[in-house]
Amino acid sequence: MSLISLKGVSYRSGDEQILNGIDLDIEAQEWVTIAGPSGGGKSTLVRIIASLLSKTAGELTFDGQPIESYDPIAYRRRVSYSVQQPTLFGQTVRDNLSFPYQIRQLPFDQQRAIDALEYVGLAASDLDKPVIDLSGGQRQRVALLRNVMIYPEVLILDEVTAGLDAENKSFVWQMIRHFNQEDKLTIIAITHDQSEIDDAQRLVMVENGRIVAGGAQ
Amino acid sequence: MNLAVNNQSLMLALGLVVIALIIGWKEKLGIDRDMIIGVVRAIIQLFIVGYLLKYVFKVDNVWLTSTLILIIIFNASYNAKQRSNGIPHALPISIGAILASTAVTLGVLMWSGAIKFIPSQMIPISGMIASNSMVAIGLCYRNLNSQFRLERQAVTEKLALGANLKDASRDIVRDSIKTGMQPTIDSAKTMGIVSLPGMMSGLIFAGVDPVHAIKYQIMVVFMLMSATSIGSVLACYLAYRGFYNKRKQLVIPSN
Repeated sequence: MSLISLKGVSYRSGDEQILNGIDLDIEAQEWVTIAGPSGGGKSTLVRIIASLLSKTAGELTFDGQPIESYDPIAYRRRVSYSVQQPTLFGQTVRDNLSFPYQIRQLPFDQQRAIDALEYVGLAASDLDKPVIDLSGGQRQRVALLRNVMIYPEVLILDEVTAGLDAENKSFVWQMIRHFNQEDKLTIIAITHDQSEIDDAQRLVMVENGRIVAGGAQ
Repeated sequence: MNLAVNNQSLMLALGLVVIALIIGWKEKLGIDRDMIIGVVRAIIQLFIVGYLLKYVFKVDNVWLTSTLILIIIFNASYNAKQRSNGIPHALPISIGAILASTAVTLGVLMWSGAIKFIPSQMIPISGMIASNSMVAIGLCYRNLNSQFRLERQAVTEKLALGANLKDASRDIVRDSIKTGMQPTIDSAKTMGIVSLPGMMSGLIFAGVDPVHAIKYQIMVVFMLMSATSIGSVLACYLAYRGFYNKRKQLVIPSN
């Protein structure tokens, strides 16, 4: 049984058919790269998987159960979504890394936050650094850490390396590889980057609201 | 009483409106029609209300007074709803918020002995409370609408991290409550320095000792603070859920 399974999933907004009959199975701990031309429906597809949009037709199951059977809040804690150019909350890095704890009403694990910051090349003292002082690459690293401070099962990445320089891109990619290989997270990543497409373990091509390659394994 | 406004002096005071009309016409502001409609409506509405109040004060009936208070609350709620720009259930939310703010504030004033349940006190005070709540709630709705549009991505990211609707909306709701209360707070800060407020001016006009008049004005400041805070908090906390659907996804209401 696949962890995530889409059968005939479509999405229509007004008169516009954005997704049309998507069939896609994703296994646990798999790393799926989604590519295709802009406006083809990639972001809509992952937003539906992240439960931030509702499909207008078809079936989507997670762990064998229809997505509608899950409480959306509990589901999103298992299937986490991160965007290109994320918004950092509050004033400091701490405000962001403590957010996943706050919303679960758990005490903030400061040591875990410091270890995570050091792992991504930031210092323990950066925990209280104002977010406006972070570079683009640092912002993206903090945002990604925010998604995994309390591990989800699936991490969805919507062009998270777009706009980053080569060094930061490679660093972020190394982080994601770690999440997949060491932390056993399932990764679904949208990208336009050719080197990331070339290195994809499994490539799904989305064009004009349809999967044109890689849907079936 | 040293008030002497007769029909002749009112007609002469109408000359002030003519000055405003001339300015509007000279500067091509395009507000002549609105100004005339505004003045005519004000005259008719105030005359009707004047005669109605005269009757209500004379009859002094609890049910009639209560009915008039409820009509004031409904009108204020309907006006607040007009500023909601499509927020779902804005009318019942406004009615609930204004009713609660009026009831609590009037209750405390009556319990403290500051006012009595007689029409000449209850109706004007209810009007002041409801109109201030109405303005505060209208500002809250406007801020909720603009902030949910501006902060769309941040709210989506909070939801994507598994935040519940309250956590995802907290900053916007707080900002909107502050926006709703801000005019009352600003006006309290400048009271007596910039403006001699309506109730106090009215009392002084009618010959009441200014030192006595300020006590009433202080009571009004307290009561408007309470009314706008209760109204804003209730309206914001009841309205923000209208920005989400049943699947707890952000949906911006269409106007």
